[in-house]
Amino acid sequence: MSFPWAKEYTPSAPLMVWLDEKLPLPRLIYGAVGGGYEVPRNINYMWNFGFLAGLCLMIQIITGVVLAMHYAADASVAFNSTEHIMRDVNWGWLMRYAHANGASAFFVVIYLHIFRGFYFGSYKAPREMIWLLGVVIFLLMMATAFMGYVLPWGQMSFWGAQVITGLFGAIPLVGEPIQQWLLGGFAPDNATLNRFFSLHFLLPFVILGVVILHVWALHIPGSSNPTGVEVKSESDTLPFFPYFVAKDGWTIGLFLLIYSAFVFMMPNALGHPDNYIPANPMQTPAHIVPEWYFWPFYAILRAFTVDLLFIPAKLMGVLAMFAAILMWFFLPWLDRSPVRSATYRPLYRKFFWFGLIPAMAVLFWCGGAPAAEPYVMFSQIASIYYFAHFLIILPIVSSIERPDPLPFSITEAVLGKDDAALLASPATKL
Amino acid sequence: MIRILSILVGAFFSLALLVSLGTGVYTYVSEPAAETAEHAFHELPKKLHLASDGVFGHFDRQQLQRGFQVYQEVCAACHSIKHVAYRDLAALGYSPAEIKAVAAKATIAAPDPLTGEVKDRPGMAADKFPPVTYAGQGVPPDLSLITKARHHGGPYVYSLLTGYAAQPAELVKRFPDSKTPAGLHYNPYFANLNLAMAAPLTGEGQVTYADGTKATVDQMAKDVAAFLVWTAEPTLEKRLQTGWVVLGFLLFATVLGYLAYRNVWAGQKGH
Repeated sequence: MSFPWAKEYTPSAPLMVWLDEKLPLPRLIYGAVGGGYEVPRNINYMWNFGFLAGLCLMIQIITGVVLAMHYAADASVAFNSTEHIMRDVNWGWLMRYAHANGASAFFVVIYLHIFRGFYFGSYKAPREMIWLLGVVIFLLMMATAFMGYVLPWGQMSFWGAQVITGLFGAIPLVGEPIQQWLLGGFAPDNATLNRFFSLHFLLPFVILGVVILHVWALHIPGSSNPTGVEVKSESDTLPFFPYFVAKDGWTIGLFLLIYSAFVFMMPNALGHPDNYIPANPMQTPAHIVPEWYFWPFYAILRAFTVDLLFIPAKLMGVLAMFAAILMWFFLPWLDRSPVRSATYRPLYRKFFWFGLIPAMAVLFWCGGAPAAEPYVMFSQIASIYYFAHFLIILPIVSSIERPDPLPFSITEAVLGKDDAALLASPATKL
Repeated sequence: MIRILSILVGAFFSLALLVSLGTGVYTYVSEPAAETAEHAFHELPKKLHLASDGVFGHFDRQQLQRGFQVYQEVCAACHSIKHVAYRDLAALGYSPAEIKAVAAKATIAAPDPLTGEVKDRPGMAADKFPPVTYAGQGVPPDLSLITKARHHGGPYVYSLLTGYAAQPAELVKRFPDSKTPAGLHYNPYFANLNLAMAAPLTGEGQVTYADGTKATVDQMAKDVAAFLVWTAEPTLEKRLQTGWVVLGFLLFATVLGYLAYRNVWAGQKGH
């Protein structure tokens, strides 16, 4: 499962030899994140976000388990128990702010991780399975984050739950029963809160399981790299320990600095004030907005304003919102280019920087804005590009594009020359 | 096959969005949204500087005590601060005896331990501030979290309290339908311009500050805004102080980590 030159685990201490015979856990760690895992030497800092995402998951699980010790999932006391955590539980405010901002940090890291994949073609063979599992993780994260936001039972919690479960109500015929089944009633109430708490506790461990599969699948072909050229020889790689432990290590510090600045200095900057108002089914907030990490998809949902033929606008919005993520599953087969990295794909690179990135930025901006003009028009234009980018432009561009010449190997890309390349080149045969 | 399907799906979504966009643009051009009185006359909060602002924020205990006094003597008639306990007042610099005295003035409905019957008893330091009932008018909002539950928090409270005015003649002229209804009060800092609460701070000397500060309306509004910033987050000071220690440590650790990284990679070329 690794390159032939990867070092094997050779314990010398008697205890480790004994342990290696009974339960080769150190061997697993050595091969996964130790000296036995060879990594392309040229991966840049965009490759640090996988490790950071794992760190975020750990932060969320630890702070979340502590919060669950003090939180009460009952519609009549949930809001007060959250305030009890903020005021009376020792370091409770830290746990809650770390958890709430941890969700945001997790999504920042994940979006960068995903867009790294878009740019460098990380989803292409032989890494399709890693990508598919990654999309599953992202979907699970969204479900978990949504249910977590409901738990404080503030105004946005309640109305967010109302709106999102209402999406299922758009499904013809069975929509309404499904919505009631999800809510456990006709509107969000105690039953909803309890099941969301239960699932919010469960899903992170499901995510952890899929993360293990994601990392396992990664260790079969190994990491991709900014050239997109596969590893060819020993000089292309460096062992994970100590090189990438050191590299990931210091960026953990950098990440924690930024994250802590939010947790301690501006913990409510990313939240909505309305969620400090207790849930009130009789009073609809002026603007119902989800958390910032859902904004692009919320903008897509609201971009469909006109019924088309027999399909109501709302249903189309719901389908489009789900399709906006589900279509990522097909990416490895929609992109036909044999070249992975956009560095060597001049046409695709232009569409990425001048199409996809601005479209995402507009969707982020409009998703947080009220559902009024001109925001709806902007989100419609951006949504058109978003779907066209993945479903139309990518398949066509990847077939007609003439990629730039690739370096022979990672070594050549990094050091300027590669002895193996000289041997392989026809010129040297003469 | 998958690519043909994908292009068809992409074309369908794009078409549906184009139809929506076209309709939206047409409506936007043919029927521009009418301006509303809220849009034209709502004002952003005035500037208010509090000691608790910013990353070096701390509480001005003297001001919090004054704000508490304004709350007790004015706001508490209608508004509760149910997330705050009397014991929390220690953070404002009150002594245990003073806290007991403040609590004892309150009436708490609690089950009698002997009979189980709910009875009124004097408050104790461990009690939370009791709910306030306001007959016939619904329940006025609890103020414990008000500065976190509104955009601009403290400045919003200060602006609202000092922002009452007669409705501008220009507003009524431009928006005849938006005349302040009877029983409501015009205030440009309130989201829909008219609120049920009459100006609570009516004139200088409404409270007599124990520390001798002149109790102007502006001063009382500032003090009570500062107090409500505290009730919303009594742990603010501790959070910021802890934050600086954490950030300092992380900066040190990150620099150390970076140097370790440079050391490990010395002589190796990577990205």
